[in-house]
Amino acid sequence: MRASSQTLLKPGTPKILVVGLAMTLGAGAALGSAAAQQANTAPRGAAAAPQQNFDNVQIDAVKVTDNIYMLVGAGGNVTVQFGPEGVLVVDTSYGPMSAKILAEIKKLSSLPIRYVVNTHVHGDHVGGNEPIAKAGRTRAGGNVVGDLGSGATAQAAVIAHENVLNRMSMPAPGQEGVPSAAWPTETFIGSKKEMIFNNEAIQIIHEEAAHTDGDSLVMFRRNDVISTGDLFTTVMYPFIDEANGGTINGYVNALNAILDLTVANNVNECGTMVIPGHGRLSDEQDVIEYRDMVTIVRDRIKEYVGRGMTLEQVKAKKPTLDWDRRYGDGFTKPEAFVEVVYKQMAADKAAAAPAKPAAKAKGNGK
Amino acid sequence: MSVDVELRVIPRGHMTIRMYGLALLMVVGLLLPATSYAQADFSGVWQPRYDEDNPERIPGPELRDYAGLPINENARQFADSWDPSRITLPEEQCRVHVSPYIYRGPMNLQVWEERDPKTRDLIALKHYISTYEQTRTIYMDGRPHPGPNAPHTWMGFSTGHYEGDMLVIETTHLKQGWVRRNGLPMSDEAHMTEYWVRNGDLTTQVIVLVDPVFLAAPLVKSQDFVRSARELAAQTWLWVCESVIEIPREEGVVPAYLPGEHPFKEEYARRHGIPVAATDGGPETMYPEYQKVLSTLPTPAPLPAPARGGGAGAAGGGGRQGGAGNAGTPQGGR
Repeated sequence: MRASSQTLLKPGTPKILVVGLAMTLGAGAALGSAAAQQANTAPRGAAAAPQQNFDNVQIDAVKVTDNIYMLVGAGGNVTVQFGPEGVLVVDTSYGPMSAKILAEIKKLSSLPIRYVVNTHVHGDHVGGNEPIAKAGRTRAGGNVVGDLGSGATAQAAVIAHENVLNRMSMPAPGQEGVPSAAWPTETFIGSKKEMIFNNEAIQIIHEEAAHTDGDSLVMFRRNDVISTGDLFTTVMYPFIDEANGGTINGYVNALNAILDLTVANNVNECGTMVIPGHGRLSDEQDVIEYRDMVTIVRDRIKEYVGRGMTLEQVKAKKPTLDWDRRYGDGFTKPEAFVEVVYKQMAADKAAAAPAKPAAKAKGNGK
Repeated sequence: MSVDVELRVIPRGHMTIRMYGLALLMVVGLLLPATSYAQADFSGVWQPRYDEDNPERIPGPELRDYAGLPINENARQFADSWDPSRITLPEEQCRVHVSPYIYRGPMNLQVWEERDPKTRDLIALKHYISTYEQTRTIYMDGRPHPGPNAPHTWMGFSTGHYEGDMLVIETTHLKQGWVRRNGLPMSDEAHMTEYWVRNGDLTTQVIVLVDPVFLAAPLVKSQDFVRSARELAAQTWLWVCESVIEIPREEGVVPAYLPGEHPFKEEYARRHGIPVAATDGGPETMYPEYQKVLSTLPTPAPLPAPARGGGAGAAGGGGRQGGAGNAGTPQGGR
């Protein structure tokens, strides 16, 4: 049988993903500025749960290694690592997806979920924190149980960088808060948190001021797998969430940090596998292509800003044209990407400019 | 059906057992499903013939030669900002040519079959390509292509079937690669259909590449291969690539030119006396009718004669972006 073009599956952005992201991040389409749309409607966590019907959403469970799977549904990708000690979950998608996610996890392991790791604060990644954590049971004893009672083990621990908790617990004016039951229960500060789980070294590495100011990527060292959150996606231009502390330079740094961890095999593919925040399973070369794209667009705009061009002049240069048919239909529209990069490059330029000497006061009292 | 017709024209009294047997064989042959029975066997060692498109394939394409390729404006901007120095980055030095491109270059190709040991059904055809030591699998057992969240590879995911004696292959799940290795990109959403035809010791591969990201129309290419009469030395099959730091740079630097500011934009046109607009490529430049358009376009001034002991052409470096560490003169992708 000859496969027609209709029967062959083509990669691309699932429409539901785009819709879901848009709903998670708010209904800011009415705002005139695309960048303002991002800034003012940035998610604050589970409170940003969309009014989307998830009934028909199917979860695609993609095997990454023998004990790591990538679950792809309506929100951000969910990473599941399982073994003799139980289950560790990276990100929890939207709240309404929880039952389906838990059902998929049950197919992989009958042991409890011990840990949930949040890569960042957005609702499409932490929306299921409460039901998924409550479906699990963490390990605790001694003084912890003595102080808190048996409830100390009543749910899985939720790990995140401290800034995730800060953003969830102290919403900005006008933004909805997140119920405390969905907050991280174990936060860390500094550059990383390390743990051994299921006989595997796991590094939760914080990347500063990138997609947000609370981003972490999760490195599974024995499996040689990285779960990146939205520090890398295959379906859209980067979303630099300024309202939550994101910066383009931090985003580029994060992509390079991922590449510092990845090693391709001897035919220059696979090796370290990369689970993106959205999109398909990837490897080092996919991150390279994306890193190159983001870096080149930033550098173009930086150069144009350096030449004194206005935002409209830069937009007219179409600095993302090369990739608009690849990423332009994703959540972050080309104009929004250009606007936020322009804004930050202009700020960098202003900050780097030498301070003007103070004008001499007239009538200096001679 | 055709056998019945054949039998009717033969007087019944002349039918012998041997003829009945022959007729039966013909019926069986016609009723056999379109499997590998009596179909072209591509097994063996093959080497490309480079007569077709030789300048692109052996010396290598010149920068900004896009003529005759159905690229769109997105691909053109990508290539116009592509700095060959990019492949000096350690992480990009061992970048593999994707399957729609790899058969164009210098290579040795070994083809073999994988069959079910019990049924002898053809499961897959395997291609080992010496360039970058790639092993490609073409499934022949009717399995579907993976879903949209599966990883993409240099060779992609391929399924094949025979149409008569012609092998037809469909490939998806490709990584981003080249349409031409002077910076013209092919996206990871590309879909390739191949037609392989064997005539004795000569095999022709025709590729139809559809890329919704970087092509405005399907790209059709062909390559010929000659069957090798003898086994090749083991070393001819190897392609050991280990990246090194060729140019010290700050981490994260990606060499590139600003759009529209490629310092060698007109070099190819001037060297060969071709209108610059023609070198832009695009679907219209594929067809013979474009010659009429060509005759109306201005031809750029030729390049100045090379100075003694030096090369001709524009000075390197102009229009570069990316900050520190962009040292090195871009080479022509050869």
